[in-house]
Amino acid sequence: MTTAALPVQHAVEVTEVSRVFAGRKGASVTALDAVSLTVAPGEFVSLIGPSGCGKSTLLRLIADLDTPTNGSIEVFGKTASQARIDQDYGIAFQQAGLLPWRTVTGNIELPLELHGAGKAARRERAAELIELVGLTDFAGHYPDQLSGGMQQRVAIARSLAESPSLLLMDEPFGALDEMTRERMQNELVRICAETSAAVVFVTHSIPEAVFLSNRVVVMSPRPGRIRDVLGVNLGRMSDRGENLREEAEFFHSVSRVRELLHGAAPTGARGVESR
Amino acid sequence: MSVPAGTRAAAPAPAGSARTAQAGSGPARTVLPPVLLGALAILLWQGFVTVLAIKPFILPGPVTIGEQFVTNLQNVVNGMVVTGRNALIGLVLGAIVGVLLAILSALVRIFDEMSAPVVAAFAVVPIVALAPVLYTMFGANAETARQLVAALAVFVPVYFNTLKGLRMVRPVHRDLMRAYAASSWQATKTVTLPTAVPFVFTGLRIASSLAVISALIAEYFGGPVGGLGKSITSAASSSNYGLAWAYVLGSIILGLLFYSAALGLEKVVSRRAPTA
Repeated sequence: MTTAALPVQHAVEVTEVSRVFAGRKGASVTALDAVSLTVAPGEFVSLIGPSGCGKSTLLRLIADLDTPTNGSIEVFGKTASQARIDQDYGIAFQQAGLLPWRTVTGNIELPLELHGAGKAARRERAAELIELVGLTDFAGHYPDQLSGGMQQRVAIARSLAESPSLLLMDEPFGALDEMTRERMQNELVRICAETSAAVVFVTHSIPEAVFLSNRVVVMSPRPGRIRDVLGVNLGRMSDRGENLREEAEFFHSVSRVRELLHGAAPTGARGVESR
Repeated sequence: MSVPAGTRAAAPAPAGSARTAQAGSGPARTVLPPVLLGALAILLWQGFVTVLAIKPFILPGPVTIGEQFVTNLQNVVNGMVVTGRNALIGLVLGAIVGVLLAILSALVRIFDEMSAPVVAAFAVVPIVALAPVLYTMFGANAETARQLVAALAVFVPVYFNTLKGLRMVRPVHRDLMRAYAASSWQATKTVTLPTAVPFVFTGLRIASSLAVISALIAEYFGGPVGGLGKSITSAASSSNYGLAWAYVLGSIILGLLFYSAALGLEKVVSRRAPTA
């Protein structure tokens, strides 16, 4: 799926990036300290860590919603800013962030509309995406008529509107209940297998990170650093399904991530939330 | 008379509340209690006036006022048209200027900083007290002074509410627009203006009754006859207290008309208002 013009074309390449926020009275907070990370095309990478470890900051830097104090970020071999202007990524936030005065279709069409796609092409693409996220019956509904999970599905459909080869997701399921959340994870795995986009996924949840990812990046706070990167061998995206959550390898990976997060021996290998 | 407290920026009416209230009880239960209370108050009022034999120049009874209202209906309606026209012209003028200046303030920071103290000064000036000055400026035979007084009174709440609405864009929407590399005009059109619209209409709702009050009070300070304000003073000075109260009733109806129209518009517009 990648346009491999260069021998090594990373989806994302973060090199020695620091981000220092100036606080009040000259005090400053180091949100990220010399972080380096690469994401291969089509790879699913989760960023996990306690609050304040800079995982959201890192995502915002990749999206060029913020600029690093030091270091460089390249997205598909371009600067982050150029990649944003070229619309090389799709993005979803913790809040669905839908426009309340637009219908589901209108919201999904938004990026296409802003970038000058024709009306017929927009309609067609929106219908396709609405089907992909299973909201065909709700195409004409307004966001306030949808549940939180449905709104988030609309937001994900919107982020996929322009078939980006990179998806940036900042705790998109953070505000959902556990059952909706697992269903959304299953859907995301399916969608990723279908679109073969690279994903950078910020989360608080260990099982979520393990279930979705090829690699889990464990971060530590104050200052935000990468503590370790863990490869997850749970097979290809297209093979991952609901029963994966019951497998020994899944539990094993969960407990290893927990071990890395807490910096101590695991207390139990249960697949529960650590929020 | 100073500017009423409602001038401060207020949040738009919550989108769902009216719907849930109706769904919960039905229109009969929402309408009946206030109507009953009103009828009871009028009965008590009439009883009070009759039993204690209160002189009409102190307080006429509702029956007297009603009679005067019916017999002079044409005059009252004419007064309502004159005052209502002034209020409407003032409302439209003040709203247009208020919205445009608020957009300018939101876009140009320096203009905002320059205009903030001036607008704040406007907010505390008893605007109606400007009427005599405006009468000398525009001549005592023209309605212009009254329309301007109404426009000035309208301008303040519309300006403040619009400006507030323009600044209510949610951070997630701002991020989204940046992520889409949207131009600033695209961001304004797709996010900022639709976010602000319910606030503009909240401003208009507050301004609607201010427009009527200001146009009416401005008549007390001079200018041509025919409006409700002038009619109230002339009826009272000729000891026709029942008629004076009939005109007051006309003013109340006019104010309610303006307010209901603005409230209805606000409700329609903020159906899809962003919440939280």
